[in-house]
Amino acid sequence: MSASSSEMMTANVPKGVNWSYAFKEAFTTAVIALALLCLLLGVTTEGGQNILIFKPARLAFAVFLAFVVRFLVVVQKERKAARLEAERLDAVAGIQPKKRRNWFERAEPYLQPVLFFLMAFFPIVLVTTLGGQASTKWVDNYGIVIMIYIMLGWGLNIVVGLAGLLDLGYVAFYAIGSYTYALLAQYYGFSFWMALPVAGVMAALWGIMLGFPVLRLRGDYLAVVTLAFGEIIRSVAVNWKDFTGGSAGISAPKITFFGIPFNASDEGFAAKFGLEFLPIHRSIFLYYIIFGLAILTAVVTLKLKKLPIGRAWEALREDEIACKSLGLNTRNTKLTAFAIGAMFGGFAGAFFGARQGFLTPESFSFEESVLILATVVFGGMGSLVGVVLAAIVLNGGSELLREATFLEPYIGSDPNRYRLFVVGVGMVVMMLWKPRGLISTRTPTVFLNERKAVSGSLVKEGHG
Amino acid sequence: MSTADMMTSNAPLLQVENLTMRFGGLVAVNSLSFQAAKGDITALIGPNGAGKTTVFNCITGFYKPTEGRIGLRHGEADFETGLNAVTASDKASISTEKGSIYLLERLPDFRISKDARVARTFQNIRLFSGMTLVENLMVAQHNPLMVASNFTFGGLLGFSRYREAEKAAKEKASFWLNKVGLYDRADNPAGDLPYGDQRRLEIARAMCTDPVLLCLDEPAAGLNPRESLLLNGLLRSIRDDHGTSLLLIEHDMSVVMEVSDHIVVLDYGTKIADGTPKQIQTDPKVIAAYLGVDDEELEKVEAEVSA
Repeated sequence: MSASSSEMMTANVPKGVNWSYAFKEAFTTAVIALALLCLLLGVTTEGGQNILIFKPARLAFAVFLAFVVRFLVVVQKERKAARLEAERLDAVAGIQPKKRRNWFERAEPYLQPVLFFLMAFFPIVLVTTLGGQASTKWVDNYGIVIMIYIMLGWGLNIVVGLAGLLDLGYVAFYAIGSYTYALLAQYYGFSFWMALPVAGVMAALWGIMLGFPVLRLRGDYLAVVTLAFGEIIRSVAVNWKDFTGGSAGISAPKITFFGIPFNASDEGFAAKFGLEFLPIHRSIFLYYIIFGLAILTAVVTLKLKKLPIGRAWEALREDEIACKSLGLNTRNTKLTAFAIGAMFGGFAGAFFGARQGFLTPESFSFEESVLILATVVFGGMGSLVGVVLAAIVLNGGSELLREATFLEPYIGSDPNRYRLFVVGVGMVVMMLWKPRGLISTRTPTVFLNERKAVSGSLVKEGHG
Repeated sequence: MSTADMMTSNAPLLQVENLTMRFGGLVAVNSLSFQAAKGDITALIGPNGAGKTTVFNCITGFYKPTEGRIGLRHGEADFETGLNAVTASDKASISTEKGSIYLLERLPDFRISKDARVARTFQNIRLFSGMTLVENLMVAQHNPLMVASNFTFGGLLGFSRYREAEKAAKEKASFWLNKVGLYDRADNPAGDLPYGDQRRLEIARAMCTDPVLLCLDEPAAGLNPRESLLLNGLLRSIRDDHGTSLLLIEHDMSVVMEVSDHIVVLDYGTKIADGTPKQIQTDPKVIAAYLGVDDEELEKVEAEVSA
């Protein structure tokens, strides 16, 4: 105790913030914002009349916002620089710097158990607090949707985060899984549980089919070809009308409780178990299916990471040529990453089909691929906990915009229309604050003496 | 200069014959033939741009040579008969009870390390910088571990065979970390190591693949004299204690002359000398190549050297 207090006395105190500099910076930003926005926000025409209407209030608000944000950013930067300088001086003077971690780094070790319990008990907590009727929306629109994105993020994480292969067409495997379920059910009467493994296998096979031709490609080229693959699958679903139903869609049987349908009839789930019929029963069942599938994905990924195949994926991301020189079959290593990533996408797809009950190709647009990739990048490539956080923030956050109708008078339109805008702003802020994603450290797969996290700045993103 | 009588008494391990590599109109390596003997440290030297790294890339499978044959022998198989037998067949290797013969130019890149057991390091170090030292060495043992994990399925189910193999692999990794003096940093990321340590780690990583031939591309580049001395010791120990022969490209003559048993000198893609360090040191052609002497002045230099 006394040692630390004496250190505090001798340690250099960080310099204060240069307020006039911060004001100047903020003012400059405000002027630039004014110049940029004066025509965009400052004037408008209404009702097709050739009259300019001036909107000084919203222009002033935007400029003020730019001023405040810049001011806070500069102050924060100054503080950080002063602290680093003081630490440097301490180091020169031979004073051991105190281990300083911000709130996020302090919270990191607890994130995994906290998120797991949150995910595991989310519907139960909701039902007990809000009751069955009110919690349906939350379990359905938030819980299940976020869980699907977590699972897709974890699946794509194998390809992008571990093997370092940039895949912009991941939604194709999701689509293949969904259509496999719907088509098998339609033509051969498969149930969800029968179709689930088939959907995974089909997606994995298509992953290998995609993998073969793109093995030689790296970086941007790989990204473009995978993007095209995603579009091809969607186009096939649109145009092969006799088989897939085209844009009109195809119906997929809704999920049943091992044969017992979730409906209000005497044969339904509620009647059989002597419960009052509520839609929440189906939602909770669906939630735990996708939760189970997602946990399976996570467990398999964590196990694979510690096996030679997982280390080979990461080595491939770090340096492909070195891998070849060590006798690693890079072709097979890439194909397994594609296949296993695709398989989990296929599982999630089959689940999606069983949840929706009806599929159209529109559900598998390029936007979905981007959103899944954003989840992986946002969370920190290779990190499972990061993907969970990112899925909650990106998808939960944009779903919340639907609820934010109270904002309507202020922004003049439905807040939900700002969905992608908010995601975009979030990405920019994120990349400035934590360029390597929320969880940017890598945990080694094997250790001799102690397990130390590897700083994200040393981990490569892969070149293709 | 004939190769056969220059050779040390050891049996040949690697035989390069008429190796030619053209890039468009540029002839990087021109009809190069040499042998590297088992249990020897063979050095490949020459001025910048002489084609040394191209030769390395041909031997380790990163380039397919335009012409020529690169033979490698495991065990005591009869080299000449074996080579001719493989060449006549459409296979890349042949095995007899006495050993096997590989034609390296026919093997796909990763098989050269996996089957022919030729390992290499790179001029610009290629470590897995975001992985720890021990992870780097575990990746090098990928192939045996993959078999032990029943191609992932056994490992996924937690079979004891894989657990034992992993333990053995970790022991091997710690052995090599001790050997190169990096054991204390075993769990640090490789990218954090100072340059000289990265070079030694790359050698340790290559050795974890159990090679019969280790090819080192400028292992002493960027090392200080003390580190060079340590490197010499390490190279000798690899040769003497582990039965791995070495082939190295090096510019640092204090390393080359100290450790090599046999030197091949390249200039403009052509071999100009081949012999023991002593023979090379006094070879007028080598001196001319390094110092850039005109042909007319060659005799004068020769006289000076022999004086």
